Amino acid sequence: KLCKQYFPVDILSKILSINVDLQTDATLQVDISDALSERDKVKFTVHTKSTLPNFKQNEFSVVRQHEEFIWLHDSFVENEEYAGYIIPPAPPRPDFDASREKLQKLGEGEGSMTKEEFTKMKQELEAEYLAIFKKTVAMHEVFLCRVAAHPVLRKDMNFHVFLEYNQDLSVRGKNKREKMEDFFKNVVKSADGVLVAGVKDVDDFFEHEKTFLLEYHNRVKDASSKSDRMIRSHKNAADDINRIASTLYTLGTQDSTDVCKFFLKVSELFEKTRKIEARVAADEDLKLADLLKYYLRESQAAKDLLYRRGRALVDYENANKALDKARAKNKDVLQAETSQQVCCQKFEKISESAKQELIDFKTRRVAAFRKNLVELAELELKHAKGNLQLLQSCVGVLKGDT
Amino acid sequence: QLEEEKDEDSFDMEVAVTNPEKIGKEYFFLTIFELMNRTFSVWRRFSDFLGLYEKLSVKHSLNGCIIPPPPEKSVVGMTKVKVGKDDSSSADFVERRRAALERYLQRVVCHPSLLQDPDVREFLERDELPRAVGTHTLSGAGFLKMINRASDAVSKMTIKISDSDAWFDNKLQEVESEELQLRKLHAVVDSLVNHRKELCGNTAVFAKSMAMLGNSEDNTALSRALSQLAEVEDKMETLHQEQAASDFFILAELLADYIRLLGAVRGCFEQRMKTWQRWQEAQSTLQKKREVEAKLLWANKPDKLQQAKEEITEWEGKVTQYERDFDRISVTVRKEFLRFEKQKSKDFKSQIVKYLESLLQSQQRHVKFWEAFLPEAKAIA
Repeated sequence: KLCKQYFPVDILSKILSINVDLQTDATLQVDISDALSERDKVKFTVHTKSTLPNFKQNEFSVVRQHEEFIWLHDSFVENEEYAGYIIPPAPPRPDFDASREKLQKLGEGEGSMTKEEFTKMKQELEAEYLAIFKKTVAMHEVFLCRVAAHPVLRKDMNFHVFLEYNQDLSVRGKNKREKMEDFFKNVVKSADGVLVAGVKDVDDFFEHEKTFLLEYHNRVKDASSKSDRMIRSHKNAADDINRIASTLYTLGTQDSTDVCKFFLKVSELFEKTRKIEARVAADEDLKLADLLKYYLRESQAAKDLLYRRGRALVDYENANKALDKARAKNKDVLQAETSQQVCCQKFEKISESAKQELIDFKTRRVAAFRKNLVELAELELKHAKGNLQLLQSCVGVLKGDT
Repeated sequence: QLEEEKDEDSFDMEVAVTNPEKIGKEYFFLTIFELMNRTFSVWRRFSDFLGLYEKLSVKHSLNGCIIPPPPEKSVVGMTKVKVGKDDSSSADFVERRRAALERYLQRVVCHPSLLQDPDVREFLERDELPRAVGTHTLSGAGFLKMINRASDAVSKMTIKISDSDAWFDNKLQEVESEELQLRKLHAVVDSLVNHRKELCGNTAVFAKSMAMLGNSEDNTALSRALSQLAEVEDKMETLHQEQAASDFFILAELLADYIRLLGAVRGCFEQRMKTWQRWQEAQSTLQKKREVEAKLLWANKPDKLQQAKEEITEWEGKVTQYERDFDRISVTVRKEFLRFEKQKSKDFKSQIVKYLESLLQSQQRHVKFWEAFLPEAKAIA
């Protein structure tokens, strides 16, 4: 049974190494200082330090749940003013279902295994649960940090409410009608997306970005799912080595002959190597799989920006056509002129900020990949060397004995 | 307690089974045997090996010898070979069979009594062997099934023969417990082999995917680094594949061999029990005959009495014979068991060390690959 688990999460941002070059200046610093996992929800303690005058205090904390993060994200997406920015992707929903199921199955099968096996497996599943928990906290934190680092979004009213208002924001889950509306909105968006994507842009920069992002997004998606599968196989192999170690231990304890002592030594070796193998899988997950997943979401957010700009362009072009028609008929010309001006401004505003956003996106992406690939290589090396040393010393001992 | 027998003058005979060649529908293996600077090499079919096993078990299993079981027949594998499927899995299958036959033959020639057997010499030396018949029914698995059924019947009678029998009781229990653990271990190693093969496939797919991502990436240095990562993962795939092969050919097959061998060991113990039973039954028959004689004496029937006396003599002879047989088989089984334990210890140690060395080599290459990649990652700007 999962009781309340209270984990201090002070070094989280180190776990998810996505927030590179995010300026943490004194005017606004946000982090998740604590988190609590209850049966079907996670409560995040959002901690803010700010010298901005619009906050009542310089340092304060509130408790937020996942739905409230989603509310904040959606409010950015729906805000026309932010149409020209890459909206930081929403953190994924905390998903402990798989882990919970495994813990439950373990509980059910307790009678069919030895006490040692049960304790061992329980420890591992608990470690797995903890890892998933830490990750979800990190993902939520990164979202907030990205918002706080963005020159415009950090000033958003809703964001400040989110940070400061110490009551429940009452963003109940969407009801059925709202869900249907969402569904249709997405359908229209994707149809739009196809339409807009088909129109060749006059601006070379955006034309290149469109082509690039469409392809990049798909390939990141592919790489992300393939990396997940690869890492899962790795975990499975590590689990097998664990069971091999246990069985060898049983064989080794049956007697005190030469060969039994041998089995015990080998069992001990496998215990150690499989811990390393499990760490390799975990590190690959952190440095590679998570990186790819994050850039899957970010590249989608960048694509969304391009769609919004594309739609603004279409609106602008339609407004131009309407103006020409109005002039030709000499009817409602002023209205058409005003409308055309508005569309033009909107389009130019979006284009200007979008260009900067996309450049920043590239910079962030390159930096994040560099950081993670270097760390991945260093960790793989560390683990391989660790394994090597264990194997070398064990083989040396075993050969010396015989 | 009998002390461990001193090492008999074992020549450490070496045999090799190599060069699988397909002639017609089946594979022939070149069997090479060296003795006193003379090399014999003959071509043998799989069924020849089975035929050898059959002949040996017919002759020696009743003595309490541990006859090494031959490799199992595999219907799936054989069908692929016959149909001429020339993919990697049937190449794997042939290699698996070749290695298993070699280990089998090695065990046979290491056995001091079996090496003397004329059938073994003929197998190793004669140019062409007549095709063995009836090996379809009597593969290693079939023989083991027979053993298992017999042992069920015997174990139903709880027997405590004498104090010295405690040794046999204990050893049999050890064998049964060990067999159980080895089966468990084999199942897990099997699972490991499968997961490694899966890892292998998934890594290859991932590598391709990374290469594609690298192609899309418009930052030159990052693009290059991603391609390099894809190459590293490709190399990892090769490592995983080799590792899976080690897992299988060194570890899994070792375990499978010893599971079958332990079955054969159990068979010997059961054989000894049967011999004891036969002796006991003869004794009780003798007793009955003596009772008959006593009754006849009392009833005064001289002609039947003569017959009864003859039967008594016959059965006295049998009792003596069967007691001698039982003593003899007990000695053999004990000797065989100790020799087996020694061999098993040697085998496990050498094979597991070999396996660990393969892991070691794999990790060394791991280190090399990632060391080469690290500067590429650092070069991203």
